[in-house]
Parts: sequence; structure tokens; C-alpha cells
Amino acid sequence: MASSVKLACKGVWKIFGHNAESFLKTHNNAPGSEDLKSAGLIGGVRDANIEIYTGEIFVIMGLSGSGKSTLVRCLSRLIEPTGGEIILEGQDLLKASDKEMIEIRRHKMGMVFQNFALLPHLTVLGNVAFPLEVQGVPLKKREAQARNVIELVGLKGRENNFPRELSGGQQQRVGIARSLAVEPELWFLDEPFSALDPLIRREMQDEFIRLQNVLNKTIVFITHDFDEAIRLADRIAIMKDGKIIQIGTPAELVMNPATEYVAEFTRHIPRAKVLTAGLVKEAFDENAQTAGNIQFNEVIADIADKVEQSSKPFAVVDTEGKSIGLISRKRVLDVLVGREVTA
Amino acid sequence: MILAVRNFKPEIRNFIGIKGFWVSAFVISVFFYIEGKGLLPKWMFSLPRKWQWPVKDYISDFMNWLTVDASFGLFTFKEMTRGIAELLEWPLSFATSLLSSGFLEGQGSQAVQILPSLSWLSVVTVVVAMGYYARNWKLAALVGGCFLYLAVFGQWDSAMITLASIVIAVPFGVAAGLLIGIAGYRWPAFERSISPLLDLMQTVPVFAYLVPILFLFGFGPVAAMIATVIYAMPPMIRISIMSLKGVPGEILDFGYMAGCTRRQLMWKVLVPSAMPGLMVGVNQVIMLSLNMVIIASMIGAGGLGYDVLSSLRRLDLGGGLEAGIAIVVLAIALDRLSQAFSQRGSPTYRERTGSFVQNHPWLTTVVAVTIGTFVLGMFVPSVQSYPESLEIGIGESLAEAVKWINITFFDVLESYKTVVLIYFMVPVKLVLLKMPWAWSIFLLSVVSWQLGGIRLVALTLCLSLFIVMTGMWEKAMITVYLCGVSVVIATLLGVPLGILAAENERLGRIVQVIIDTLQTLPSFVYLIPVVMLFRVGDFSAMVAVVLYAIAPAVRYAVHGIKQIPPALIEAGITSGCTKRQLLWKIKLPLALPEILLGLNQTIMLALSMLVITALVGTRDLGQEVYIALTKADTGRGIVAGLAIAFIAIIADRMIAAGSAKARKCLGLG
Repeated sequence: MASSVKLACKGVWKIFGHNAESFLKTHNNAPGSEDLKSAGLIGGVRDANIEIYTGEIFVIMGLSGSGKSTLVRCLSRLIEPTGGEIILEGQDLLKASDKEMIEIRRHKMGMVFQNFALLPHLTVLGNVAFPLEVQGVPLKKREAQARNVIELVGLKGRENNFPRELSGGQQQRVGIARSLAVEPELWFLDEPFSALDPLIRREMQDEFIRLQNVLNKTIVFITHDFDEAIRLADRIAIMKDGKIIQIGTPAELVMNPATEYVAEFTRHIPRAKVLTAGLVKEAFDENAQTAGNIQFNEVIADIADKVEQSSKPFAVVDTEGKSIGLISRKRVLDVLVGREVTA
Repeated sequence: MILAVRNFKPEIRNFIGIKGFWVSAFVISVFFYIEGKGLLPKWMFSLPRKWQWPVKDYISDFMNWLTVDASFGLFTFKEMTRGIAELLEWPLSFATSLLSSGFLEGQGSQAVQILPSLSWLSVVTVVVAMGYYARNWKLAALVGGCFLYLAVFGQWDSAMITLASIVIAVPFGVAAGLLIGIAGYRWPAFERSISPLLDLMQTVPVFAYLVPILFLFGFGPVAAMIATVIYAMPPMIRISIMSLKGVPGEILDFGYMAGCTRRQLMWKVLVPSAMPGLMVGVNQVIMLSLNMVIIASMIGAGGLGYDVLSSLRRLDLGGGLEAGIAIVVLAIALDRLSQAFSQRGSPTYRERTGSFVQNHPWLTTVVAVTIGTFVLGMFVPSVQSYPESLEIGIGESLAEAVKWINITFFDVLESYKTVVLIYFMVPVKLVLLKMPWAWSIFLLSVVSWQLGGIRLVALTLCLSLFIVMTGMWEKAMITVYLCGVSVVIATLLGVPLGILAAENERLGRIVQVIIDTLQTLPSFVYLIPVVMLFRVGDFSAMVAVVLYAIAPAVRYAVHGIKQIPPALIEAGITSGCTKRQLLWKIKLPLALPEILLGLNQTIMLALSMLVITALVGTRDLGQEVYIALTKADTGRGIVAGLAIAFIAIIADRMIAAGSAKARKCLGLG
């Protein structure tokens, strides 16, 4: 995963209310909750610092009103942040002119919306080709390109239908196809599956993972569903009251929740599906007889059968094949029933 | 319910506190009623001319200056307006030629027809095709039937002249309304500045601005069309702003993210997404344009409106009714057609195979019928225009029928009329006229203060003093009396009807159809049967106003009852409420804010109808406006029009405040 930073935001604030900018300046870019309250202002996003790496799925997770939608709209500059910097490939977006911003959005960004935001008067084909149309791509070329993405999301044959003739899941596939039509490098998804039924949601998540394996985009994914975050994310940022409380991989959040609030979310997560052998290993014992080797990055749920059947522990090995710890039956049980496992 | 009672308490206490005041106010009023005219000086009832504020002279002088002296250097103001009129003449005369007169070469009686107009068969085919395209065969049959009616009953020529002016006025009104609406959406400051202007435009009676239009644009179909556009545009502006604002934020966000420029965002994203709402506006513009048909004929529009007006003036009630029914038929056809278009939603996908003709059966039929009847029409006249020998005139028999009713039921009708006049209308009129204006305005201010506080008092004071200062007080009181009486009756009939309709599904459907039809009728049409039955006078005016204004009272009551959350009603039932308790303790209080809104609408419609009833001999502000129109006295007409608008605005603001207060008491936020 270690690679270049695609999008970074530094000290981003979004304060709603009168004279928010001068308020932020007079408080040295660091007003507290009390300051905001006494000035009658609302802190939508408070001092957000994020670095998003090329090709990763970065999930911003928070309950309603936590500021996650505001933050993603700041990142795409749909909302003008009150202060801070948003840097896309070295360029500060907040300093870009309207014209530059239009160009950036036309070529580098795509966005999927919670309620699909399809244009009711256009067909599936027209909707998907729309971002190309506003760029002035000729009809034939843009329709060919649109047909490609429509096929990619599995909607071939529905090109000439109108949005209202499709089911929710299909509509969101159109939304996804449309956001991919311009081949963006940066892909924003704002609660894309929240308006769907649970079963369809599951199916769409699988579809999303499949797409990302093909496309390898840099993704900012917003959700209020912690299970969804765990399932999809490379890294997760948890937000509350406009603040980012913790950023980390799913396993890191489960193992070391920064606050009680984060722990509350992780408590009900099936840990065996998140934790890896390397994270829960016991100390290595030279003398122990082992039944075999387990890669450090294998998830417990996947190795549980194997470990369970053997009376001897398994050795946990790193990428070079060097043993770094042990995993026994008891350890697997510890993970499954939720006992303390920090080594 | 417990919550509601607790909230009511301070209100009740407040009420008892001011009860003493109202008792003494009542006593003083009675005193004024008996002795006022004798004891108080005359200026307390109507301001003598020398004390009046000569606003009407200012306006007339300004108008004179505008039409005579105002100049932009290269051309005068009047030349500019006449130029605009000439520009608009083009599309209008084209539409008239196409639908009615045919294309002519030369002037006046020497004119030679070079191309005939569309044949009646092809016009009928076009509307049937549109009906089918917009919805289904049923609508196609209805619309086709309406147009056939016009042909069979001998109203075709006039109807086509009317249709031509509508066909041109509506796109102008829609386009202008949409553009102003877009500007209002984009610049909130602009919206705030036009909002009071729109209020005024919708409350000042049309008659009031017919005179200035006459001055600026001359007499004729074009001036009539301009008046129509001005009258029909305000709702389009409002609806445009509202539907643009109603486009979901996500769609707007998407537009930005797709990299739209401002223009692309407006025309490719916002306007198409707002289309269903905008189509409602188009329907409104069509209906209001039709409503203007008769009034516009006063400044030179021909067609059905002119037929009605001239019949009314001749007291040829049969002929007036005939043309009036034709307007209604045309209105129903256009209303249903435009509503179908607005409810059509986004199109659905259809497989396109086969030739052009197979894919566009309707377009092909329309073109074929048009060309076919054009060629055939040269040899067979009855293809071109509906044969006169087959026309059916119903004017005579209608007049006969009315005569029969009048003779047979004279006693019954007359006794109803007398009872209502003596026991209800005349007393109200006397009370209003016998109060000195200062006392009335004082009482009005007290009520405003109770409802809305100091700002409402300031508004009512300013507006009512304007009416006094311009010497309109007495006439205004007659307007208030006629309007008040009609509104009371309309409410007493309409609200219970609405409640019944909301409770009873079947009755609801019937009432819905009646109300829809009533709302489709142009206001003038109500006058004809009423005058036939009750002759001219206050009572006829009242009946016409009630008929015209009852629709919102019913509609809002239905809506008010239906919008109550079912959970609240279930809560009432499970608490053991009887049906009666359910109605009085839960449904009515919760529907009250909506009912008040309906009352507001009823008052607005009543005021706009009052001006028209001036034609049947009332003595109020409407008459003043009408006289100003016949004398082409700009200032007088506009001042009287403003007075009516101010009455409307006072009523509107007071009811809005009352409604807000009721909502607050009910804890509805």
C-alpha cells in the first residue's frame, strides 16, 4: 500500500454561520467547542487532517450529523471550506479558479450520490454520457465510451431505459457508471448504498470490490455503516461532531480503539474476520512443536479450521518466511469469544 | 391533546383579559350605529375632496408625460411601446391567419386570400393526436369532443381567434416567467425585490392596468395579448423559482461534479429536472390566459370573449351563454391537455423499428389530414370549414329555458333573494358604512396587534390610511361588505362540504370533479346564469362571487383533514373518542391552519371576482375601476385598483398571522 499521497487535506475547517472566516482567524484557526457555541456558529468540519494514498479505499465513517458529508463536499469543493488546504497532486484546490475547478472536475473527479441524483429526463445512456456531453465530446465517441462503462457495471441492454423504470440497485449502477465515464482518478462515493435494501446493498458492495479490483482508483467512500466500512476499507477515518477521532486500518481500529466511542462500534464486529494472525500471535517459542506455517496477514476466520483440527500450535511467519510468533487453538478461541488478545 | 390544552391556557387567559375591551368596543360601535351620522362631522365618513391626497392626478400626469413627452433621445417612450406592439403583431397575426382568417394579401375589404387557414378537420386531428400522445384514448376523445362541440355549435370562428391569441400569449408568458424566475433563483436579492411586486400584480385587479396598456400599446389584439401576458405571468415566476429551488441538492452537486459551466448547469441540469413543476406553471398560464379572454376583449381582443361581452351589453343572455359555454369547453380541453402533459413524467423506452411512418403514426396522420383537407377543401367547402347548415344554435332555446325558470320559480327565487338581502346583507352594509373611518381603523389595528404585533399594525395603518386619504373609504367599505358577506357564505358552505368530502370517499370524488370544473371556468362565465336568474344587483354579485370563490374553501378543508397524521386519529379512537369528539377535538383543531389558508385564498378570489361583478351594477371599488376604464382615466383606475389590492394585502397578512398563531397554539411548529 505504501505509495504516494493523492489527496491531502490539512487543517480543514467548515464553520456554518455569519462571519465564519473572521471568527476562525481571530481564534488562531483553532477555536474550541465553547468558542463556537458562544458565537452561535456550527462546526461542520473541525480541523480535518487526512492523507489519502493512490489506489486505496479510504472510508470516512460517522453517524448522521457527524460532518462526513460536509467533509467529502469540502474535498470536492462543492462546499467552500472556511479554512485549511486541500491538495490534489500538489495543487491546492482552494486556490484554483472556477475555470480550473471545472477542468479538474471534468477530468479527475467522479462522484456517486446517496439518492443516485440521476437526471429524470435522460435515458441510462444519456445519463452516463452526460459528463462527457458537458465537456463537448462528440456524440458518437461519448456514446461508445458510455456503452463501455454501462457494460462494465452490468447494465447492458438497459441503455435506452429511463431512470424511473429501473430498480434502486440498477439506478445506483447507473450512478456508478456515470461517475466512471470520464475515467476519473479520484472517486468519491457519498453513502452510495445507504438507500438500498440490505440484500441489494450486500450485492452492490461485492460489485464495488470487483470494480475496484479492475479499476484501481483512489477512492473516498462515505458511510454510516461500520460493517460496510470494515468490509470495504483499506483505511477508515471515524468522525464525530465534525472531528476526526481516529484513522486506521480496520484491524487497528478493532485492536486499539482510540476512544470509548470507537470501541462502541468495534465491539459488535466479528473480530475473526478483521484480525490477522500477525496481530493476535503469541510470543514465539523456539522449543514449541508447530503443526505448520501461517502467513502473518491471514485473517483468523480463514485459518480457524486448520488450527482447530491440530493439537499443536502453528507458526506465524512474515513475508520472508521468518517465524515471528505462534497461534494455538486457545488463541483462535480468544479471538472468537472476544477475550483480550493484545500480545 | 393534553399538550394542546396546556398550550391553550395562556391564550384563554389573554382572551379574558381583553374581553372587557371588546365589550366596551361593542357598546361604542352600537352608539355610532345609532347616533354617529347625526353627531359626528361628515368628514369622519368620507373625506372631502379638498383634503384628499391627489394620487390619481399624479398618476394621470405621469402617464401623460410618459405618452407625450418621455423620450430616449432617438425615439420617444410611446414610439418604443408601439414598436414592441408591432413586433408582437407578427406572431399573433400569423397564428390568427393559420387558425382563423387564412393568409391574406392586401388591405381591408380588398384583401385576397392566398392560403386558407387550417381546416377544422385538421385542427381536430391535431388536438386528438396531442391528447393521445399526452395520455390515452380517453383524453384524446375528450379533447376531440370539445373541439367538435365548437364546430357543431357554431362557435368555431370565434374560438379559433381566441385560440390563436392563447397560442401566442402562453409561450410569451411562460418564457418571460421562466427567465424572471431563473433570475430570482440565481440572485436571492432580486427575488426579494420582486416578491412584493408579484403580490401586488396578483391582487391589483386587471381592469386597473388595462388603461395604461391602452395608452401605451393602443387598442387591438396586441394590447389585449400584452395585458393577458402581464396577468398570466406572476404565477409562472413564482412556480419557476419554487421548482428550481425544489431540485434535490444532490442533483445540483452532481451538476458541479460533472464539470458543468453555469449555463450548462441551468439549462442541462436544473431546468430539465424542474420540468414537472414548471409544467404546472404552464398549465396555470394557460388557465389564466383563458380567464383573461373576456376582459381582454374590452381592449380589442376579438373571439369568444368579445361575443360574451357584446351579448352581455345587449342583454342577449342566450347568446352570451352560448359563447360562455364555448369558452368553458375550450378551457376544459386546454386544461386537461396541459395537465396531461405536465403529469406525463419522463418518457418511457419504446423499441424503434420499422420505417419513419410506422414510428410516427400520429405525425404522419396529422400531416396527411392537413394536406388532404387543404387540397380537398378547395373543391369541397365543407371540408375547409364546418358547414353552416349543420350548425346547431342553442342560444334561443337557452334563453327560452331561462325565461321558463324565471316565470315558474319567480316567487321562490325572489323570496330567497329578499330574505338574504334584508336579514344579512343590508345590515352588514349599514354597520360598515355607519362607522366613522377612524373608529374602524382603530378596531382593525387592535385586531392586527392581537394577531401579529406592532409591524402588522404599522402595515394595516399605512394601507388603510391610504384608502381614506384618496377618498375611497366609502367605496372600500362596500367592497369589504360584499367581499365579507360572500366569503362568510362561501366558507359556511365550503368548509363543511370539504369536511364531508374528506370523510366520505365517494362524495369526495364527486366534489373533486365539481370543484375542478368550477376552477376551470373563466370568472366572467359565472355572471351569465346568475344575472339570468337574479337580475343585476348586490345579490347577484354575491352569488357569482360565492360560486367563484368557494373552490379553495372546499379544497383546503379536504386537504386539511387528509393531512392529519393517521397516528393522531388512531390515538383518538383508542382513547375512546366518539365520532363527533374525533371531529371536534382532533380533526378540526389540527386542520385549522389549512382551513385558514383556504380562507385566505377565498378572500383573494372573491376580491378579484368583485371587480368583474361591477358589470352587474355594484357600487364598490370595482365599479370605480370599471368606470375609470370606460373613461380611460388612468389615475382613477389605478388608485381604485391599489385600494382593492391593499384590502387584499391587509386580509392576507392578518390571516397569515392568525394561521401562524393557530399553528403555534397547536404545537405544529
